[in-house]
Amino acid sequence: MKTLIILEDNNGKIHRMGLESIVAAQKIASALKGSIQAVVIGQNADTLADEAASYKLDEVIKIKDPLLDNYSADGYAEAVKQVIDQENPDYVLFGHSYQVRDYAPKVSAKLMKPFLVDNVAVSIDNGKVVLTKQMFNAKLFSDIKTNGDSPFLISFQSAAFSSDAANKGSAVIKELNINIEASMIKTESEAPFKEQAGGIDLTAADLIVSVGRGIGKEENIPIAQDLATALGAELASSRPVVDAGWLPSAHQVGSSGQSVSPKMYLALGISGAIQHMVGMKGSKNIVAINKDPEAPIFEVADYGVVADVLELVPKLTEALQ
Amino acid sequence: MKIAVLVKQVPGSESPLPINSDQKWVDENTIAYIMNESDNYALEEALQIRESKGEGEVVVISLGPVRIQKVIREALAKGADRAIHIQMDSESEIDPLSTASHFVNVMKVEGFDLVFSGLQSDDIGMGQTGVLIGELMGMATASLAIKTEVGDGYIKVKRELEAGWFQWVKLSLPASISIQSGLNTPRYPSLKGIMGAKKKEIKVVEPNKNESKQTLEKIYLPNSDKQTVMIEGSIDQMVEKLIDTFRNNIKIF
Ligand SMILES: Cc1cc2nc3c(=O)[nH]c(=O)nc-3n(C[C@H](O)[C@H](O)[C@H](O)COP(=O)(O)OP(=O)(O)OC[C@H]3O[C@@H](n4cnc5c(N)ncnc54)[C@H](O)[C@@H]3O)c2cc1C
Ligand SMILES: Nc1ncnc2c1ncn2[C@@H]1O[C@H](COP(=O)(O)O)[C@@H](O)[C@H]1O
Repeated sequence: MKTLIILEDNNGKIHRMGLESIVAAQKIASALKGSIQAVVIGQNADTLADEAASYKLDEVIKIKDPLLDNYSADGYAEAVKQVIDQENPDYVLFGHSYQVRDYAPKVSAKLMKPFLVDNVAVSIDNGKVVLTKQMFNAKLFSDIKTNGDSPFLISFQSAAFSSDAANKGSAVIKELNINIEASMIKTESEAPFKEQAGGIDLTAADLIVSVGRGIGKEENIPIAQDLATALGAELASSRPVVDAGWLPSAHQVGSSGQSVSPKMYLALGISGAIQHMVGMKGSKNIVAINKDPEAPIFEVADYGVVADVLELVPKLTEALQ
Repeated sequence: MKIAVLVKQVPGSESPLPINSDQKWVDENTIAYIMNESDNYALEEALQIRESKGEGEVVVISLGPVRIQKVIREALAKGADRAIHIQMDSESEIDPLSTASHFVNVMKVEGFDLVFSGLQSDDIGMGQTGVLIGELMGMATASLAIKTEVGDGYIKVKRELEAGWFQWVKLSLPASISIQSGLNTPRYPSLKGIMGAKKKEIKVVEPNKNESKQTLEKIYLPNSDKQTVMIEGSIDQMVEKLIDTFRNNIKIF
């Protein structure tokens, strides 16, 4: 039984989700008595390989090629496919990062092997891997089984495992040759850039009132703003509020917005999707007001109120004034 | 310019989701269905491209049981030219490779320049159907698109990367693009559009037989180990208890 982990380059360091997938691999390998290989790709492969080699893995595989210096979906998918062809793993693990969303499905299509995405847990049943995945925007969980022959591609949701739990050790490093041609890469990519966040820095805020789609309409935003003002808090939001143009994008908290860790995060009408949670889980105290008692936000909230924000919040603001 | 838009019907975010007694799927009879959020943005983007070019065709393609014709009609009412409904009754089909191959089957004979899909379906959330289709059809692909610019023989898309980073990518056509929410303002159907949609073609086709490479064993409510303190009572009592919590537990004043 062989597990292969694809580690992602985050500016010369292993992406945190890569370290988390090392934990998953170690769990699978110890249950099924198997080996673990990790793969690093691209212009930082040497540094990444050294970092990876300090974990309890059997082997670290370096892939270098001028065509892989910069990320492209076609280049990476082809490289990973060729590693899989050469190494014949049973399980290929990824972190469910934005880059993986972009290219890993291509590996699945090339091999005609399933890509089981965004799992929050893994267990072993009768020598077979069973994966747990959230569905319906985290409102329900599901157990998913693979059919047919390996390899199986599997990704894990951010923070499904704690990267601190990755066992240290020392692994041998090898370089693997692959064969990529410029004609395989159908896209031309420009350099990544960061956009000006537009003024507000939520990362330093001590108190945050955050508003979600549950506020109903743009005209209701002042209800949340008034509460923020009464508390001396910054106003933040979930993505749909920004998508709808009710607040500028600088207010967005989550995987494509800011990551915050205030003393109090007060969520108004936010369901608690993972892409939102990754941005606010680090808050010291999470208070959620939501009319749905089953809303996933209550899974992480320290204090919860089942109520209509349009009814409760104006009264709360008034009492604070 | 011929653009395919994949539009999926999914439970609305406030719909009840009762689990069937065999724990294999939810009870579809009680669900309030809507158009998948990112698909709505994908459709709008396709319509705007057709309108700005002054020519072309937007074809909606959906896979699922008869009930999905409601979102197909909605898409036609918004301005899509025609639709293809791959009619499949099986619930809890969760294998994206199988789903993608159904789409590829009907797309092969169409010759689309662009395939637009949502980034992720709000029910099973596999986040890969558009990329799979592109790869299976030998097209260039890009996901997480939050802006598009169509030129002669190419499309440029602005992609969202993590933590506030972005990147422009140029793809030669044909290409399959997975659209992220927020890149435009989806329109509502007009009365004229709704009337006109009744006359538009929905071609119903049979799916081919595929074997699922991943199957759903069991679906269930999450069990939380977090101890959440629930603040209860009348509205006035909740207000009072919240302020008390702010002051004495969280100590913000
Ligand atoms: C790749 C990717 C990146 C993403 N990035 C982000 C991101 O950075 N940030 C982000 O937030 N999301 C992001 N999302 C979107 C995310 O998946 C969710 O769709 C989003 O967080 C949902 O926002 P919401 O909770 O406001 O809305 P919904 O999920 O619609 O929830 C609304 C909630 O309000 C409640 N409600 C309704 N009316 C009332 C009322 N009157 N009173 C009280 N409660 C009420 C409902 O019960 C519900 O729980 C991303 C998604 C993807 C796929
Ligand atoms: N059954 C379906 N009918 C129509 N479109 C679909 C279907 N399944 C997936 N899609 C499209 O593929 C996107 C991604 O779906 P998924 O890979 O399931 O997250 C969706 O947003 C839709 O655009």
